[in-house]
Amino acid sequence: MSDYKDYLTRQVMLGKMNRREFLGRAAAAGILASTAGTLFATSAAAQEPKRGGHLKLGLEGAAATDSKDPAKALSQFMFVVGRNWGDMLVESHPTTGAPVPALAESWEPSTDASTWTFTIRKGVKFHDGKELTLDDVIKTLQRHTDEKSESGALGVMKSIKEIKADGDKLVLVLTEGNADLPLLLTDYHLIIQPGGGIDKPDAMIGTGPFKVTSFEAGVRATFEKNADDWRTDRGYVDSVELIAMNDATARIAALSSGQVHYINRVDPKTVNLLKKAPTVEILNTSGRGHYVFIMHCNTAPFDNNDLRMALKYSMDRETMVQRILGGYGKVGNDFPINDTYALFPEGIEQRAYDPDKAAFHYKKSGHSGPVLLRTSDVAFPGAVDAAVLYQESAKKAGIEIEVKREPGDGYWTNVWNVQPFSTSYWGGRPTQDQMYSTAYLSTADWNDTRFKRPDFDKILLEARSELDESKRKDMYRTMAMMVRDEGGLILPMFNDFVNASTKQVKGYVHDIGNDMSNGYVATRVWLDA
Amino acid sequence: MMESGPLTGPVPTDGTAGATHPRSAELSGVPAKPNPAANPSNGEIGGTFWRRFTFRRPLAALILQRLGLSVGLLFAVSLMIFGGIEALPGDFATTYLGQSATPQAVENIRKDLGLDRPWTERYVSWLGGAVQGDFGTSWASKNSVGEQISKRLGNSLFLAFFAALVSVPLAVGLGMLAVQFRNRLPDKIINVVSLAAISLPEFFVGYLLIMFFAVKYGVATFPATVYDSMSFTERLSAIALPVATLVLVVLAHMMRMTRAAILNVMSSAYVETAELKGLGMFRIIARHAAPNAVAPVINVIALNLAYLVVGVVVVEVVFVYPGMGQYMVDAVTVRDMPVVQACGLIFAAFYIFLNMAADILAIIANPRLRHPR
Repeated sequence: MSDYKDYLTRQVMLGKMNRREFLGRAAAAGILASTAGTLFATSAAAQEPKRGGHLKLGLEGAAATDSKDPAKALSQFMFVVGRNWGDMLVESHPTTGAPVPALAESWEPSTDASTWTFTIRKGVKFHDGKELTLDDVIKTLQRHTDEKSESGALGVMKSIKEIKADGDKLVLVLTEGNADLPLLLTDYHLIIQPGGGIDKPDAMIGTGPFKVTSFEAGVRATFEKNADDWRTDRGYVDSVELIAMNDATARIAALSSGQVHYINRVDPKTVNLLKKAPTVEILNTSGRGHYVFIMHCNTAPFDNNDLRMALKYSMDRETMVQRILGGYGKVGNDFPINDTYALFPEGIEQRAYDPDKAAFHYKKSGHSGPVLLRTSDVAFPGAVDAAVLYQESAKKAGIEIEVKREPGDGYWTNVWNVQPFSTSYWGGRPTQDQMYSTAYLSTADWNDTRFKRPDFDKILLEARSELDESKRKDMYRTMAMMVRDEGGLILPMFNDFVNASTKQVKGYVHDIGNDMSNGYVATRVWLDA
Repeated sequence: MMESGPLTGPVPTDGTAGATHPRSAELSGVPAKPNPAANPSNGEIGGTFWRRFTFRRPLAALILQRLGLSVGLLFAVSLMIFGGIEALPGDFATTYLGQSATPQAVENIRKDLGLDRPWTERYVSWLGGAVQGDFGTSWASKNSVGEQISKRLGNSLFLAFFAALVSVPLAVGLGMLAVQFRNRLPDKIINVVSLAAISLPEFFVGYLLIMFFAVKYGVATFPATVYDSMSFTERLSAIALPVATLVLVVLAHMMRMTRAAILNVMSSAYVETAELKGLGMFRIIARHAAPNAVAPVINVIALNLAYLVVGVVVVEVVFVYPGMGQYMVDAVTVRDMPVVQACGLIFAAFYIFLNMAADILAIIANPRLRHPR
């Protein structure tokens, strides 16, 4: 046992394991959490940030069609670009997911959580030398609320009824109480721009740690350190270069030859080979994204809950995580929340592969004949393989699944959210409320399982304005159970974010919020000579 | 009879061609519908201005005719690209927003771009701009298409130019060398190596080069990304690996065509005569055989040059090179119609132009082709 502890300790020291993972594995092995406390304290203290150097990142996800307007940012590449030059009002804590102050210094909700008052930080300068004002903040939020802005944050902003100034404070009035409002403002589209970016949405002028020095859509972006940055605990390197690399092999070649310091989206199939390179470090972070098989609860034959249960029990989740994610992920439990979310409902029994139970429910459902599953590789990496694996495991329960491969082009338009049984993925959301409201509320546009339950909707709305955390946690537990046992969602796995860097890169923060240290990778790391 | 045969004979000038061979003029005039004799203004030759022009300057007329056809072809291509994109599932609004599309957002974009109008109307308005040289703005990035394309096209041409600069002389030279040492060791080595190179898919050749020269030995620059602030020598060093890949991919085709065409001519009687009168082997190839073998070789070179400009998207992706191919693929993915149209037209124009150039060069090299039967 002590050997195992030593092993874990060494992994932590080498920076190969994050705190969450350590605690998970250590708890499994019966190691006290207090050991972890001291261990992480020393390992953190040993790493004093170094300043200077030129950081190069090779990133997937850029296209010649990328827009410089943060409202329209969609790709992984633009996500990082925006985080480099801009700031939101609020950021989320990398390990707890709680809201932490950014351009908003502090905030205060009304008792029903429907009116929020924010104090805006003073003395912050934009890259063009102008000082950040309350007016800039208000105009930015207004721009993203406007239907015409085509903002990616429009869905988030919908719940804000009024944006106004109260003296030198910002007041947001909501259509209904929402205890999670500060977290909604962490959305990466909501970068505060001078004048709200109404005149020049493409200017890429913000308050972030790096100034944009050049930008060529789909090719490259370069940045230099913002000498007037209002924060000292970020932006350690002198300059940053993001290179668009959409080919997975090109990214790996560039990293292993030392041409870039960091790459994103390492293919689980090659990660074990990359790991052998002496100069490379794999950075995997537990995430909220999940790969799903979705059934429409209101469409035959999936309107029968016994058939849905049969299909849920036919899923061999462990094998999926091993084969499709190469072990870089966690098994899912048929509700879209995992332990990275605040107020996660603990202690819900893990659903396992059980051909007997599947056969029992299948018989009870009275269904016969094959079940048609539509899939495509764009649904998630390895989706077609996953569908075939699923076909095999279901066969053992006597359920015949017919896998139909659809063209990747137009999959999101013609298959997902249209056909009754298909594969898909979901990225995480900042809060449980957001996740459920986006895809499980009866009236949601993206209710891709057609889960329409007024009783569920009622609890969801109640939980949203509930400021008492323990009551809220209970509500989320009830909701999770409803989706798990009656919904149309089969959730075999949560995928880890798998990135890689050279050993020169230090201080990488494993952020549960989103991929690439929640987009902050370039602002948080430093280069060790 | 054999040595001064019509194949190697001096090229007759255009002016005399008409006067000394009235029969050929008659032949070339056959497809024309209006009766030439009915025109009283010109008793001697008759016919319209175009007929007279064809008669007096067959080469110029041919070029003009090809140019006209090219314009028509470009028009047809633009229509086909437009139709093709229309036929793809999903339009710009839905594909651009992807999974995150809400009906309201889709509606906003459609209205904004006029996607709710019928496709004929949209095509005509696009064509109206395009003939005036205005390709519009990209739907996705809102940048001017012309401006973006000029940069990307410049990159593509830069890469293609250097690849051609290396590969064309190399291919022709190796082809001639192979003929000279036909069926001996150098010929066999050249053949095996170039065939091996062409048999490997281009991305694999690329990956192999990256693995050895960038990762293992670290001598080559990778990725091959080029950008504005780069100096000329930096650019050259950046494109070294992609150029090497492209050369390996196109070399064998051109080399083997050169070899086959020259060998074909070498078996003819006038070459035998040249041999008999004591000329050296290389001189026979260079002076007598090569000019007659030039037409098929030019055609193959033109096709490969066209490929170097428009067909290298895989190499661009592997080497992270910002060329036209990647630009067009990005645009097709989101159905960014103005960009796709402009790229498609430019690609088509390159193909058409290079093929036309090959035809014309072949005709210049071989006067018999000037008067089609």
